[in-house]
Amino acid sequence: MCGIVGLYLKNAELQSQLGSMFKPMLVEMSSRGPDSAGVAIYRNPVESSQIKFSLAHSNPGFLWETLGANLSASLNCEVFTSPVATHCIIITDAAETEVISWLETNYTEVRIVGSGKSIEIFKEVGPPEMVYEQFDLEKASGTHMIGHTRMATESAVTTAGSHPFATGADLCLVHNGSLSNHNLLRVKLEYEGITFQTENDTEVAAAYMTWKIRSGATLRQALEDGIKEIDGFYTFCIGTQDGFAVVRDPIACKHAVMAETDDWVAMATEFRAIAHLPGSDQAKIWEPEPSTIYIWGE
Amino acid sequence: MDILDLKEIGVRGVNSALHDLELSRNKSYRIDNPMGQHSIACGLDAQMQVQIEGHVGFYCGGMNQQAEIMIKGHAGVGVAENMMSGMVHVSGNASESAGATAHGGLLVIEGDASSRCGISMKGVDIVVGGSVGHMSAFMAQSGNLVICGDADDA
Repeated sequence: MCGIVGLYLKNAELQSQLGSMFKPMLVEMSSRGPDSAGVAIYRNPVESSQIKFSLAHSNPGFLWETLGANLSASLNCEVFTSPVATHCIIITDAAETEVISWLETNYTEVRIVGSGKSIEIFKEVGPPEMVYEQFDLEKASGTHMIGHTRMATESAVTTAGSHPFATGADLCLVHNGSLSNHNLLRVKLEYEGITFQTENDTEVAAAYMTWKIRSGATLRQALEDGIKEIDGFYTFCIGTQDGFAVVRDPIACKHAVMAETDDWVAMATEFRAIAHLPGSDQAKIWEPEPSTIYIWGE
Repeated sequence: MDILDLKEIGVRGVNSALHDLELSRNKSYRIDNPMGQHSIACGLDAQMQVQIEGHVGFYCGGMNQQAEIMIKGHAGVGVAENMMSGMVHVSGNASESAGATAHGGLLVIEGDASSRCGISMKGVDIVVGGSVGHMSAFMAQSGNLVICGDADDA
């Protein structure tokens, strides 16, 4: 099972309503994925000299301000922390690689769930509505969001195994389906120097995209290569800095539907998630074709 | 024409009303606010006309016998699945497995159907105004699939 949803606003006037428009989409997919949920929201882009990290810690009482102060002192940089539930958004002008290695050395229990200029990723175990509310997303403004409700089949129900998975700067991936060659692909990617946090099949797909993009491929090229090399059942929705992409495997038996109006583009596992959006009754609606890459905001 | 508001009475309320053969036989119904819900107007077994005002989810009109069902919008997976007789008409596009295993009746899709249209069909007539996806009419045993557009690779 699992449910995936994506919403991209074409009409900038709707940006202040992004969080409230997206909530019923995610909640409607609860019956497909009651175990855990996660979203990526693209909002508040940082300055060109800065980078934004989404960090998570299993303890909701973790002192993020202390981490921020230590990071600032160690790397002699500016650090802004915005904690929310088990997560924290950190904005800094330090170099990305230095921050990552500093965290890996000094805070091994802190997980980096995403990074980029505008992406923020929040994911947690529990019913989707509860997860959405604990991260205070209902009033959120932004340009686009993707989300996932998980019914675990391949690996444990943990926060780390929840989607979205980051796949590089401002990129992340959610998945409905199950992959069949992820163990082999994981070994291959480990040889390329990619490290993994979980046994999850989707993390392998995300790592594959990360590796491809790091090697110089465009998102479209990475997805084209993925169709050839990633085996299994999948509908992927990939969040990008400027929009999102959708791709299905050649058999295309994991459901997906897309809808578009003058104001927005949406994708979902089932149309009932999209039915809540204003204007959905007049939307152009179709099922995305197999092995076909759809990208908005490329 | 009786109006059934799905937002008010839910899928079970709509289907219970349509299944009440003492009341529903030879009548006309309009279903408002389908909201993409699944299994709307499934298992009907009487002559009646049902007009659905919007997009539906999975299995709409499944197992239909005798009834005429008009869907004014998009139909999700498995529309008119295992239909026995009657008619299901979709004004928009349909998702995969439209008319799967259907034994009789007529399924009309004005737009495109997706993959597996008419898979394992056993006597139904299906007319698609647009194109169909891969594996359409796969394992078909009887019936007719008329495609006005293109058919994707098997």
